[in-house]
Amino acid sequence: MSNRVAITGIGIISSIGMDLEENLNSLKNSRHGISKIEHIDTKLKDKILVGEIKKTNQELESILKLPQKNSWSRTSMIGAIAALEAINNAGIDVKDDADIGFINATTVGGMDMTERYFYDFIDNPENRRYIQSHDAGNNTHNICDYIGLNGFVTTISTACSSAANAIMLGARMISSGRLDKVIVGGTDALSKFTMNGFNTLMILSDTYNTPFDEKRKGLNLGEGAAYLVLESEQSYKKRSKQPIAYVSGYANANDAFHQTASSENGEGAFLAMKKAFEVAELSPKDIDYINVHGTATPNNDLSEGRAIINIYESSDKVPEFSSTKPFTGHTLAAAASIEAVFSIFALREGLIFPNLNFKNKMKEFDLTPVTELEYKEVNTILSNSFGFGGNCSSLIFTKSH
Amino acid sequence: MENCYINGIGCISAQRSFEKDYLIEPIVYSEENILKVVKPNYKDYISPAAVRRMSSGVKNGIVASTMAINDAQIESPGAIITGTGMGCMQDSEKFLNNLINHDEEYLTPTSFIQSTHNTVGGQVALGLKCKAYNFTYVNTGVSFESALLDGLMQVENQGGQNILVGGIDELADHTSKLYKLIEHTKSDDDVPYDIVNKRTKGSISGEGAAFFVLDKEKTANSYCKLADVKFVNNLEASNLETFVTDFLASNDLIASDLDAILLGNNGDIEFDSYYDQSELLFGGAAILYYKHLFGEFMTSSSIAVSLGSDILRIQSIPGALFKNEVSHPKGEIKNLLIYNQYRGKDHSLILLKNV
Repeated sequence: MSNRVAITGIGIISSIGMDLEENLNSLKNSRHGISKIEHIDTKLKDKILVGEIKKTNQELESILKLPQKNSWSRTSMIGAIAALEAINNAGIDVKDDADIGFINATTVGGMDMTERYFYDFIDNPENRRYIQSHDAGNNTHNICDYIGLNGFVTTISTACSSAANAIMLGARMISSGRLDKVIVGGTDALSKFTMNGFNTLMILSDTYNTPFDEKRKGLNLGEGAAYLVLESEQSYKKRSKQPIAYVSGYANANDAFHQTASSENGEGAFLAMKKAFEVAELSPKDIDYINVHGTATPNNDLSEGRAIINIYESSDKVPEFSSTKPFTGHTLAAAASIEAVFSIFALREGLIFPNLNFKNKMKEFDLTPVTELEYKEVNTILSNSFGFGGNCSSLIFTKSH
Repeated sequence: MENCYINGIGCISAQRSFEKDYLIEPIVYSEENILKVVKPNYKDYISPAAVRRMSSGVKNGIVASTMAINDAQIESPGAIITGTGMGCMQDSEKFLNNLINHDEEYLTPTSFIQSTHNTVGGQVALGLKCKAYNFTYVNTGVSFESALLDGLMQVENQGGQNILVGGIDELADHTSKLYKLIEHTKSDDDVPYDIVNKRTKGSISGEGAAFFVLDKEKTANSYCKLADVKFVNNLEASNLETFVTDFLASNDLIASDLDAILLGNNGDIEFDSYYDQSELLFGGAAILYYKHLFGEFMTSSSIAVSLGSDILRIQSIPGALFKNEVSHPKGEIKNLLIYNQYRGKDHSLILLKNV
């Protein structure tokens, strides 16, 4: 267990809750956050369902007490809300700490503002303050300036696996001794750009997403943010803090098959899981529960299912698994950190959250996800995240005893 | 802990950097506030159909990474790590343009697919059928430094071999217009441009792609050792000296051990004072700059690493890089430090050592 890194704080915002407590309650009560979109004026309004946070930008601004003339994207705002909760949850003081870092993940950055004003910027000087909020790093800088963090700061963007890679880098920064504490995770707001982009790929469902179901029709996009505070043993012991869980394994591999689709047998996914087990010095049979990527696209679930069966050698050896995307939608760069928080809930509370909306087993293999909330001891969780560009990441979380 | 050597380089920039000794007669820019890359012959590296489909950043990334791999004489990298500040802006603009002007109708997926930040990393992996670790960093002025640090950690801590690291940014028409509006790019009225003697608001915008092969083994082709990388989001001017001296101390060096300093001066009247202040810290070293030849972009420090590596290997500094009078270091050029910041944020230090 030499590679494990402690998790000492978590924070989250998603369509099923504004904070940790609301998210856990929704999960326990099978209350999903999928609805018609209200806050973006789009022609897709009546064609798709999304996991939208039911707060306007003005409401988010007032939660954060931002000045009226700010240049914050929605991505920055939901990110700051979740990051602040993670810091408070960890009980750390960011401002006086030179050895704390921040590793963010985002795919859209400030695209929500860019798409609103892209041509309008030319004639309307008033909105030009949003020009520089487009770039991903600007969103990270906003969050860091807001929480008062000065130090090691970076951002990862590897599509839907982004936050998994932020968690992975954070764990490596801690185990190599480069940082004592690091806030890791991701944030992505809904935007017309991503909704229309996924729509052109024809992988959006017009109804509630149904991962690992034979009749699955595609994904629901979502928005949200979640962060973990990772900490070295020396650091949490010094301040007498008990870890809430550990990041024990992590790996990234590339499918090298297609820019947007996964290979039929999920080779990249297989390699990522295999390497994560090596880092954790665990074997597949040690896993109590898999939080699958499970986007409910025909391609992902087939590819991921096959990769999991390959890891376990046969479908009857695959442990209990579920996708929590029917609750939140697919939150892109935030997905892996949101699912990391859900995994920590599962470890801490002894719960397995259901794969909502599942009815029919896929014909290609014999895999049935958990469909009802289960109370049972969970000690070790595998969490998968796969993205465009063939990007495949797996994380292993273990309970703190 | 392993040493980390730079064993291969490929660079596409506003200079003819795909040729040897290209800085003996550099292209001099004084009338332009936007510097585009000198195009290599893309068809030597990419199929004609792909050349038409791909944006210039993706093409430059593929060419520069292929050059680096060929230069290091390796087959397939042990990891592919890229950094890009703005990502694939040309395809983002294309998709945005269709989205806004056609009111969400008649959209096609190609430009959306190619707009994601990790397009270059994904395409390089796809081209090489490389299933290894693949990361993309997007943190404004330290996007490339983040990739470089990751690569360094792969080699130093995990014994990684032939780690491919690169920085890529591309210019896109509408975005360039917007950056002029907010004076991140120098005004057309400031012509002729002279970033040392005539400081005005903003910088000369540029684009480029530079890739490196990092490895724990020194080879006959090794340029230099990548000794360390450090960066912070915010730095008060009054803390610059501590930032630099702490970094040097952690590498068992003091300021007078440095033989050459490569600074990111871009002629921006608001932020170049950081470089002025840094110059005072290094008494005897040659003070060099490069953005007058390459322009400013969020991953322009990748160009600096390419220049620094060349300087250490050939033990000679091209005259065009001296910021003040040309004054070649007397003895061996052993330690070269690169200092960069982007609009007052994202301060980074990169230390290269002769081998």
